[in-house]
Formats: sequence, structure tokens, C-alpha cells
Amino acid sequence: MAHFKKKQAGTKQEVPTSAMPDVVFMLLFFFMVTTVLREVTLKVRVDLTKATNIEKIEEKRLVSYIYIGPERLPGNKLGNDKVQIDDSIQDDINAIRTIMYDKLIEEPKMIVSLRVDKDSEFGLLTDVQEELKQASTFRVNYSTKSEN
Amino acid sequence: MLLKKRKREGAEINGSSMADIAFLLLIFFLVTTTINVDTGIGMVLPPPLDPAETPPPIRERNLMKILVNAQGLVLMDEEPTQMDQVQEKIIEFVKNPENLETLSVSPQAAIVSIKTQRQTPYSIYIDMLDEVIGAYAILRNEAALSNFGVEYSRLSKENKKIVDDIYPKKISIAEPDEE
Repeated sequence: MAHFKKKQAGTKQEVPTSAMPDVVFMLLFFFMVTTVLREVTLKVRVDLTKATNIEKIEEKRLVSYIYIGPERLPGNKLGNDKVQIDDSIQDDINAIRTIMYDKLIEEPKMIVSLRVDKDSEFGLLTDVQEELKQASTFRVNYSTKSEN
Repeated sequence: MLLKKRKREGAEINGSSMADIAFLLLIFFLVTTTINVDTGIGMVLPPPLDPAETPPPIRERNLMKILVNAQGLVLMDEEPTQMDQVQEKIIEFVKNPENLETLSVSPQAAIVSIKTQRQTPYSIYIDMLDEVIGAYAILRNEAALSNFGVEYSRLSKENKKIVDDIYPKKISIAEPDEE
């Protein structure tokens, strides 16, 4: 039997997919860089208040958070107002000075974002601010939600 | 032998699954990423006062004293004020269009001092601060429109600085009295 050779077109008919991993990797790197993986578990309730004249914090890397609000107790109860930095509640207000100073040395352009519950009293915040002054972390940001 | 010798395969690593792996990682990071931006009111705290040093003297007329008590009642320069009138009053105080003796000498000299009680809820304090910053935003917008003809937000960095120097935002947060 005669063997017929198949006629073949000169060009390939497939879409070249060899560049796809490159594209995907590029997207991957973008999301890897923008992701902030570390989330703190809140031990105080922070229900932010609203304001109209607010600004955005562009450089999230510079931000260090202080949470102030009523302590969450077991059984859905709320305790007294407490200050939380990172993962622990700071009972000793004067300890904030050293903690924030150490953070400032690591990141000299640090912004302290104060996330304060709307019902907490101003007195505790003043004490914290006094500590921040002593630690010479002067840039603060009162975290609020947008009014609209 | 009847069996044909097999052709040898090329010595390449199969890279087709690399895209799958990359996709998997991509989806993971897509899901975990939070792109929401933090918003808030930015402030710069003053350096701590040296107890040996006396604070610099400020002329009484250049200082707008705002007192907020725990119930949210406002006193502005010893005058009871509603929250929604605060903005107006601050604009009048800073600009002082009729050159009154009791109001600020010039916008550059004006200082707004906010004082609250320890018991004041945080939301009331933020409302107050918001009003004051709002008043300055209006003033700066006016200055931007009259000097450059565009809104403040659309000014370049250098021009913003010029406008900021016309209306410097001097807000002092006084320490609450011990009670």
C-alpha cells in the first residue's frame, strides 16, 4: 500500500503558552509584595468613629498600631478600657514608652495609628499620647472611618 | 528482533505544570491580600515640655480656646457654642475680616487649642478635631482658589506649601485637668 505523507502547514497552529508562567509569576510577585500577612488578634473592642476630613496613609509599612478600647472578656462581655500593642494588652502605661521607642529606632519615619473605640474615654488616650511624646514618636494618626 | 528501537526523548524538564503551580500561589495571595487603605486624621504631637522651662507666651487674642466637656457641650472662648457653629467661628477667628480686637492678629498667628475632660468620649473629641480641620480645609481651599484659581487638592506640592503658609494649621491639644 502506498503511504501518503500528510501535508503540513509551515506554521504551528497552537498559541504559544511558554510566556504564561512569566505573566503569572509577575502577577504573583505583585500580590506577594502587597500582601500584609500579619494580622493581630484584637483583645479589645475597636469600633472606629467617623469623620469627614480624613487623609489616607499611603505607606502602610511605616504604620505601627495602638489599639485602645474595652477589653473583650469571655462570654461576650466587655471590661474596662485597655491599651493593646501588637498581641498583648499593656497594663502598665509607662511600658509603652520603651516599646514605642524601640519601634521608632527600627523605623525612624514611623507613624503611630491610634485605633480607639468611639466610646472609650479621652483620659486613657491622653496618657498614651504622653508616653508617645516621651518616646518622641510624634507622628500620629487617629484612625477613623469615612463619613460617606 | 521484530521490535523497533524506541526513539530517545529529548532531555527536557517538563515545564507545563509550572504555570499551574504559579496560578495556585497567585490565587492564594489574591485571596489573602487586603488592599483597603487606612484612613484617619493625621496629627503631629508636640515634644514633651521641660518642667524647668516655661512655655512661650501667647497673646490671649491669638488663642481660640475650645473646651469640650463629657456631655459634648462646647465652650469657645468662654461662649457656649453648638457643634455645627464651630467651623464658622473658627473661620471668623482665623481670618478676622473686621480686625476685631478679640480675634486673631493674623491667620499665621492663630492657634486653636482643644481641651477636653478625661471623661469625654473619644468620638466627641474626634468630632471636634474634625470640625477644626474642616475649617482649615475650607480656608485653604479659598486661598488656593483666589491665588492659583484651582482647588487645593489639585495644587502642586510647592503651591500647596505656599497655601499652607498662609493658613498654618496650629492645633494644640491641651491636657485635661485632673479631677
